Parts: sequence; C-alpha cells; structure tokens
Amino acid sequence: MTAPTKSNIVLDVSGVNKSFGGLRALTNVNLQVEEGKVHAIIGPNGAGKSTLLNVCIGRIRPDNGHVVFNGQTLDSHQPHEINQLGVSRVFQTPEIFTDLNLLENVMIPAFAKRDGAFTFNAIRAVSAEKELREEAEEILHDVGLYERRTHLAGSLSRGDKRRLELGMCLIQKPKLLLLDEPTAGMARHDTNMTIELLKRIKARGMTKVIIEHDMHVVFSLADKISVLAQGTVIAEGLPEEVRGNPRVKEAYLGEAH
Amino acid sequence: MFGNLSRQDWVMFLGFSAVVLLAPILFQPIGAAYPAILEKFCIFGLFAIGFNILFGLTGYLSFGHAAFLGIGSYAAVWSFKLFTMNVIPAIILSIIFAGIFAFVIGFVSLRRSGIYFSILTLAFAQMSYNMAYSVLTPLTNGETGLQLTLKDPRIVDAMFITPGTGLPRSTLFGLEISGGGLGGFYFTAAALIVGFYISMRIFRSPFGLMLKAIKSNQNRMRYTGFNTRPYLMAAFVISGIYAGLAGSLMAAVDPLAGPERMQWTASGEVVLMTILGGVGTLIGPVIGAAIIKYFENIFSGFNENALNSVFSFLPDTLRDPIVKLLSLFVGEGWSLTLGLVFMAIVIFLPGGIMEGVRLLTSLFKKGGNGNKPAVSGQTQPAE
Ligand SMILES: Nc1ncnc2c1ncn2[C@@H]1O[C@H](COP(=O)(O)OP(=O)(O)O)[C@@H](O)[C@H]1O
Ligand SMILES: [Mg+2]
Repeated sequence: MTAPTKSNIVLDVSGVNKSFGGLRALTNVNLQVEEGKVHAIIGPNGAGKSTLLNVCIGRIRPDNGHVVFNGQTLDSHQPHEINQLGVSRVFQTPEIFTDLNLLENVMIPAFAKRDGAFTFNAIRAVSAEKELREEAEEILHDVGLYERRTHLAGSLSRGDKRRLELGMCLIQKPKLLLLDEPTAGMARHDTNMTIELLKRIKARGMTKVIIEHDMHVVFSLADKISVLAQGTVIAEGLPEEVRGNPRVKEAYLGEAH
Repeated sequence: MFGNLSRQDWVMFLGFSAVVLLAPILFQPIGAAYPAILEKFCIFGLFAIGFNILFGLTGYLSFGHAAFLGIGSYAAVWSFKLFTMNVIPAIILSIIFAGIFAFVIGFVSLRRSGIYFSILTLAFAQMSYNMAYSVLTPLTNGETGLQLTLKDPRIVDAMFITPGTGLPRSTLFGLEISGGGLGGFYFTAAALIVGFYISMRIFRSPFGLMLKAIKSNQNRMRYTGFNTRPYLMAAFVISGIYAGLAGSLMAAVDPLAGPERMQWTASGEVVLMTILGGVGTLIGPVIGAAIIKYFENIFSGFNENALNSVFSFLPDTLRDPIVKLLSLFVGEGWSLTLGLVFMAIVIFLPGGIMEGVRLLTSLFKKGGNGNKPAVSGQTQPAE
C-alpha cells in the first residue's frame, strides 16, 4: 500500500480526545482518510464510532486534538459550515424531515448545495424549480423510492428512511460522505441494493467513511479498515490484514462471529 | 410576477378575496355586516396570518406578538399627530418600527427554542406593556392612551388643508377611513387580501419550505448546510411586521392606541385564533380570527338582564340559578367561554377547524363513492 501523502488526505483526524463526564469516549484517535477511498470503521457497540463522526461534523467539539478537512482545520466551524465545505452524513438513527414528502426531503439538501447556508428566496415557487426537482427525482430512483415520492417521510419503514437519508446526502455530491450504519434495520434485499448503490458512487470517486456491523458489507466495499475499541484505534489496514489480526478477532470479530 | 402559483392556489386566492370583498352582503344573515366588526375580522385576520408564518411554519410559539401590534398602533397615531391623517405614511412608519422591534426581540429570543423562546417573547411583551404604562408615558400617554388632539401639529396636513373645528378623520387621499364607514372596511379588506397573497407566496416558496423543514427537524437542517438562525429571524421579523400592520390598521380605523393592546392576553388571543383555525394552514388563521371576534362580540354583549329576558318564560326559582350560571360565561366572562372552547378544540380537533373541514370532505367523498362500503382504512395520499 502506498504511503498516504499529505495531498491526498481528505480527512485527517489527529490526537482527538473526548470525555463525557467520567467516560472516555475517544482516546487519542488518529484517522486519515484518502481521497476516493472507502474507509470503514468497525468496532463493538459503544466503542466511540458515532462519537468520532460527531466530532467530524461539528456536532460535538473534541476536548483536544484536531480535525482537518481538505487542508482546513474544523476546530471552530459550525455544523452548517462543515456541510457547505462538502461533508454530508447519514446518521445512525435517521434524521429526516418526517412531516414533508420524499421529494421535498431530497430537494432541501439540493437547495443548500445551490443557494448556500442562507438565501431569502420567497419570490419563486418551489414548484418552479424544475431542475432541482428532476435531480431529486433521479436520486429517488437511485435509492428506490421514486414511486413513493409524494408520501410523507414519516410513513416510511426504518430501512426506507435510511435510504431516503442516503439520497438526501447523495444529492449534495459531497466530497466526503459519512455513513453511520447505513444498512442497519434493512432486509437482506435492501442491504444488497444499498451496497450496489454505494459501489456505484465509489466508482464516481466520492470519499466515504462507513461505520458498519455487517462484515459482508464491510468487506465488499472497504479499501481500508480502522478498528475502534473502547475509544482507541486498535488496528488499521487493508481488509485482509485486519481480518487476520488477532487483536481484532479478540476485540470484535471473534466476539461477533 | 403573478405566475408560480398553482391553479388550485389561484382558485383559493380568488375565492378568499371574493368572500372578503362581499362580506358586507354575505355576513348579513349572521348580523355581522357592519363596518366595525368586519374591520375587526380583517385586522385580526391579518394579525393571525402573520403569526402563522412564524408559528405555523417554524413551530416557534411566540407569546409576545401583541407587543408589535401595540407598537404599530402607537407609531400610526404618532404619524397622525405629527404629520398627516393620511394612512399610508402611518402604515409605513408602523411597519418600520414593528420591524425594528421584531428584529431586536427576535435576535435575543431566537437564541433559545421551545418553551424558553416562548417565555422570552412573553417577557419582552410584558416589559413593553409595563413601559408603555410607566416610563414611556411621554410617548404613550400612559393609561389614558395616545389620542388625537386639536393641538397636534400635523405639519404636512397644515400645509395643504385648513383644519376643521373637530378632530380630523384618517383618510386615504381623501377617502375616509376612520369614522365607521365602508371606506375603512374596504381599506382593511385590501390589506388583508394583500397580506394573504404574500403569505401564500411565502408558503409556496423555497424560503417557506425551509421554514417547514426547520419545524420538522432543525438538526437535520444544520447538518444539511443551512444556517437556521437567519431563516428564523426572517420569519420572526415578517410576522412582527404583519402584527405592526394590524396595529396600524386598528389605529387607522379608530385613531387611538393604548397599552392594553400589548398585554399578554392579546398575545394569547392570536395564539388561540391560529390554533382554532388550523396551525400551518393558509386560511385557518383568518377563520379562527373571525370566529373569535364574532363570538366575542355576541357573548360580551350579553349581560344578566339580557339573560333574564331570554329565560323569562321560566319560573323564578329555576330562572335565577340558570341565569347566574350562564352569566359566568357571557359579558366579562366571555374569556371563560373562549378558554373552554379552546380546550375542546385542542383535545378533540388539534388540527383546528381546517382539520375538521378536511375530515368532513373526506367523509363526504367516501360517502359519494357509490355503494361500496367505506371500510378501506388506508386512504391513498393525494397526488
Ligand atoms: N452525547 C453523549 N453524552 C454522553 N455520553 C455519550 C454521548 N455520546 C456518546 N456517549 C457515550 O460514548 C460512548 C461511545 O458511544 P458511540 O460513539 O455512540 O458508540 P458506537 O457508535 O461505537 O456504538 C458510549 O458509552 C456512549 O454512551
Ligand atoms: Mg454508533
């Protein structure tokens, strides 16, 4: 494996610590994600995986350490600024607009991408935004929800909500896509469909960080794997390296399988 | 310019305008066809429409919007006193002042959400109310209220018109607005229709969609790249301006302003109107406002004597307790009735009257669907 040079690192997490009260959720975590790669983070429940993503999107601030995205230090950025830089996230529990229909759910992130963090656009009608709507419809096709585009997002099953949220992120064409267990709660058929979809985006060269419990998903997508246990990275490397690592087997794989 | 609205919206808008403009005829059967009450419908309808842009779209419940109503009234009366009885400068001044106040109060209150936001707005409104009573007396004339006097300079009018002997009436370039004529009603009606149109455009615009999205999931909005604060600020200021406009119209049809206009009960009333009609619907708030003002008018007009004459056919022993009981709910006790009706609505029909209308039409449609038994629980979402 070629050593990552400074220039092709999209996301650089260095020395991040985070405690919640007495609980050390992250201890000196380092993570480097290369451009165009799929970087999987695996580890047992409560290892700190979601917390790490929270730090990356500005939802929580690290106690110390830095997150650098595309050469920019994110220490003082607001969540919306981080998104505008090109980071989108699928959450572990779907964060969607349950009172709006699917088309609106997908169009809204497209507005953010096109018009920025704030635009007072009260003159035109949403229905006049043909281009954005077509874009949104295409995305809904991709995630297999087009037929239900006029349904309320709140009426979807958990797995469908997740795919909708994926669509909401994809329409922004982010430079970095963070996926927190994107296939949890999905039936096998839907999981496979999601893998296919993620593979297609992989071909398009979008950098991704994916947290996933399903090893089938991890090994069919990941270029690189980091294993997190009790808030520290205990192993890192290519999928086959990690698979054979005895510490990983002990901490995670052995226990799960 | 007039594009971008769907045919359905145009039908609704034209229907709404027609009902408003024909109100002096249409409302005759219910005895509400005289200008004073119709003006109230329009003014409070406008107030509620504006309130709904904040509460209905973003979910932020302000308990202090009466402050902007009061500020609008004071600004308008000052315009009448200092410059001219023409209502246009009065309205412009009210809008500017209400907008500035809304900006300041919104800037502070929107640092919090939920109940804390509500309490902050309430605190600001009560502060304004108390100040209007006390330290601001030179500006507000305290408890008596701000009124026109013969000594007012009215510098613009003084240049063109020789003042009459009595107090002047407010006008729209010669057309009389105050004084209880139909001119006042049509002026407020025009303002209501314009206000309704703007609100409709906001509802259908990307800006409106973003507000709805903030109500639905503000966190998702942030992680989707939106700075939600300026969206909320814009909604707050717009709804404050609507309230200021309503306040200036109150002063236009009856040129005086008192601090009670800012009291928390007035802020609460617009909440009731909006919820009664249907939060987040376009027409609901106007209907809620009209219903509350209509029944306020009827109920508060009743007193014990009136009740006694209604129940005069009953023997005294029966009549007295009945009249005693009912008199709790009329006259001064009208707010008790309002409170009970409100509770009933929130418990049984939380979507307000508009939800009731929707339920009825869907029942009607099902019933009209031939002889098929209406057992299919799932209704298809409308395209
Ligand atoms: N906001 C928070 N406040 C307090 N504790 C938290 C918070 N977020 C996460 N934690 C704790 O930090 C640990 C790591 O959580 P998390 O990152 O969600 O784990 P994972 O995603 O790997 O399952 C857990 O013990 C969790 O309870
Ligand atoms: Mg997690």
